[in-house]
Amino acid sequence: MRTIEQYLPDHPFFRELDPQALAILAGCAQNVSFAPGEFLFREGQAADQFYVVRRGRVALQTHSPAAGTMVVDTADAGDVVGWSWLVPPYRWLFDARAAERTGAVSFDGRCLRDKCEQDPQLGYELMKMVTQVMFGRLTAARVRLLDLYGTTQATSPAVSPLLSQARLTDARSTDAGATHAAPS
Amino acid sequence: MPRLAEHDIAAPGGAMVPRLFRLVERRQDTADTFTMMLEPTDTVPLKFIPGQFTMLSAFGVGEVPISVSGAADVDGPLQHTVRDVGPVTHALSRTAVGDVVGIRGPYGTGWNVGEGADRDVVLVAGGIGLAPLRPAMLEVLHHRQRYGRVVLLYGTRSPEDVLYADELTRWEKLGVEVLITVDYGTPSWGGRVGLVTSLIPRAGFHPRSTLALVCGPEIMMRFTATALIDRGVNPDNVRVSLERNMRCGVGLCGHCQYRELFVCLDGPVLAYAQVSDLLGTREL
Amino acid sequence: MEDVRGMVLLLPGLQLLIDLLRERGWTVIGPTVREGVVVHAEIESVEQLPRGVGDVQDSGSYRLRQRGDEAVFRYAVGPQGWKSLLFPSRELLWSGQRTNEEMSVKPAEVDAPRLALLGVRSCDLHALQIHDAILAKRSAPDVAYVCRREDNFVIALTCSDPGGTCFCVSMGTGPTPDEGFDLRLTELIDQEGHRFLVQPGSDRGEEILDELTTRAVADEVLNAAKADRDAAQEVAATAVQRMGRSLDTDGLRDLLYANTEHPQWEDAASRCLACTNCTLVCPTCFCTSVEDVSDLSGSQTQRWRVWDSCFTNDFSYLHGGSVRSSVPSRYRQWATHKLASWVDQFGTSGCVGCGRCITWCPAAIDITAEVGAIRSGKG
Repeated sequence: MRTIEQYLPDHPFFRELDPQALAILAGCAQNVSFAPGEFLFREGQAADQFYVVRRGRVALQTHSPAAGTMVVDTADAGDVVGWSWLVPPYRWLFDARAAERTGAVSFDGRCLRDKCEQDPQLGYELMKMVTQVMFGRLTAARVRLLDLYGTTQATSPAVSPLLSQARLTDARSTDAGATHAAPS
Repeated sequence: MPRLAEHDIAAPGGAMVPRLFRLVERRQDTADTFTMMLEPTDTVPLKFIPGQFTMLSAFGVGEVPISVSGAADVDGPLQHTVRDVGPVTHALSRTAVGDVVGIRGPYGTGWNVGEGADRDVVLVAGGIGLAPLRPAMLEVLHHRQRYGRVVLLYGTRSPEDVLYADELTRWEKLGVEVLITVDYGTPSWGGRVGLVTSLIPRAGFHPRSTLALVCGPEIMMRFTATALIDRGVNPDNVRVSLERNMRCGVGLCGHCQYRELFVCLDGPVLAYAQVSDLLGTREL
Repeated sequence: MEDVRGMVLLLPGLQLLIDLLRERGWTVIGPTVREGVVVHAEIESVEQLPRGVGDVQDSGSYRLRQRGDEAVFRYAVGPQGWKSLLFPSRELLWSGQRTNEEMSVKPAEVDAPRLALLGVRSCDLHALQIHDAILAKRSAPDVAYVCRREDNFVIALTCSDPGGTCFCVSMGTGPTPDEGFDLRLTELIDQEGHRFLVQPGSDRGEEILDELTTRAVADEVLNAAKADRDAAQEVAATAVQRMGRSLDTDGLRDLLYANTEHPQWEDAASRCLACTNCTLVCPTCFCTSVEDVSDLSGSQTQRWRVWDSCFTNDFSYLHGGSVRSSVPSRYRQWATHKLASWVDQFGTSGCVGCGRCITWCPAAIDITAEVGAIRSGKG
């Protein structure tokens, strides 16, 4: 089992950082593990960590009275979980739960924020990495919003079809095609 | 006087007259998707290549293009996996075992997955897009040793919408890397939640020589093709299966035109490199 | 115009020709005036032809006028070509009968009368050949079209009075028919009198001409003199100078492919009603749809093939919406297909320069002007 300092440089999220920067970040980090079903954090709690998943799977979930608990994202080995430590008021917006036995490196968010304030260059490098991952997540979330695999008749408690009221065709349309009576 | 070319009319009335097929077995796959097993009443089997489709008629209601979802070159009933989304597919969903439907075809171009021999093959399926890819996968598995790594990346709406779930497990045992993700799930799912493109960096294949077959909603195919190419797959080696409104399946009605391409004749399977500009044009 | 000798017919000779064709089992279809329009109908007598009739055509405008002479072919094209004769707007494909769980399907019998087409102008002749290429010569032919086209006797006509919307010269499709006919007529009306130069274009045409000559009793059929052939060439040369419109086809395919987002499409669509008139009158449009009809019990089913148009909202329907739901996208589709994609698909332009779409557009949209605006860069 490698130490954090040995593991981090191979991790896709940290690959671009130089060794000194990594060492500073490693100073805020510790190894953690979760049993299946165990929560990493819960909606509403103070958000002061972010997690780099080493193995296992973390499910991001929320709940509603009608739909129950919905999983909106998962993070596997190599993924990063938790962004609310970056953005005031630093509170979790979702639950994070280990879907299976999960090992991760947890970073103290407040410690990281302080180090970035002191060393803006480090802060900038970290922001670049964060932005890249967020960009991918945002794009994926937007595409999933389209509910591409739904139909205009489908209703979903969590995701409404994009192709709904605005595109409902008139009664003539069928999936075989409308009859078009042309004058001869 | 213009001379008309010799024409081979297979049956009186030509290509617009359906053959009769009887529903011999029916399986409900998900809430709105079902698979029909069909036998020809004239006992002449329908020969097709993976990727092709037929025009399926519910008599008195209408006709729709549906990809063949069973194995080619294997004895057995013709298989069609159909999603109930309109009057014709609804009528097909209500067809009882023993009833007769109409079939014309097969039509269109195939995946030609055989060209992936000695290379890695990646199949990326979105939603019901797994059905047209299934014949290609079955062809690969029939000759597994001819191919390098074989990967299936499958994204669908929710755990309840996963098609051919038992078969996917069997494919894994036959040496296919199967990665599945859903748009949303419940905790009992335990699997991945996210967009199918997120699976591309995770899968084990060598991009440079990989043959990639992609099938699903057009937006999903655009994003997937881009993600594959970002990983190093050659755009000439990415194939997509397009869909357009079809009323004849044989290039006569004009509905399926995609600029100069007839999706029923030049497609539905097309090289991504050939259509990437067209895919970027709105309302084409 | 090839210097094929041919014969000269006076008007009674033209009647003899009609009679001979009818005797041989052909139904002769030709131009006649009906409700202020030149249409195609069965012709038994030359009296039915539009004698002394001319036409005035412009964008969104068509009217007939009195010429003050006896000419019977001296106008441009009417709204119909020959499309609805060979490729009707409704055609039964098959009928099905259900008894219990058994279904039987019977292909429809094709109604294919032997047609003699009298007065096919060069633009329409090219349109026929285009339809042959699409409907008859590909892997899945339109069987009924093939049957109806099989035994046509084509009497082509050199255009003498092109209309205000004609541009066959730009499209390389006229005004002189050069192939694909049995006989070619050129109507001459000058100090030598009113007569028709008839030149054969096939063995069958020659045989008919020979038979005509044998049957003629007086001056109905005469040998053609060089002066007659010169006069015919003059008719064609004059027609070339009288095109109402023009279209620069140089690099047109690439131009339209490259301008999918040109503001001119929105501009045209702001006037376009998507009424489908242009596709109805266009002699090369071929898009169709199918209609399934059944009785209340569902035991009898019929499938009909019907004309369709890319201008309808449902034409491109797919999964809950139409791919081309906006009118600009549909106008772009029609113009680009006709003038650009067609070339890649079938080897020729889809437009024969007949001008019908310009004349019969209720919004007076002119395809040559729209495409011209894209070429010149004036949005």
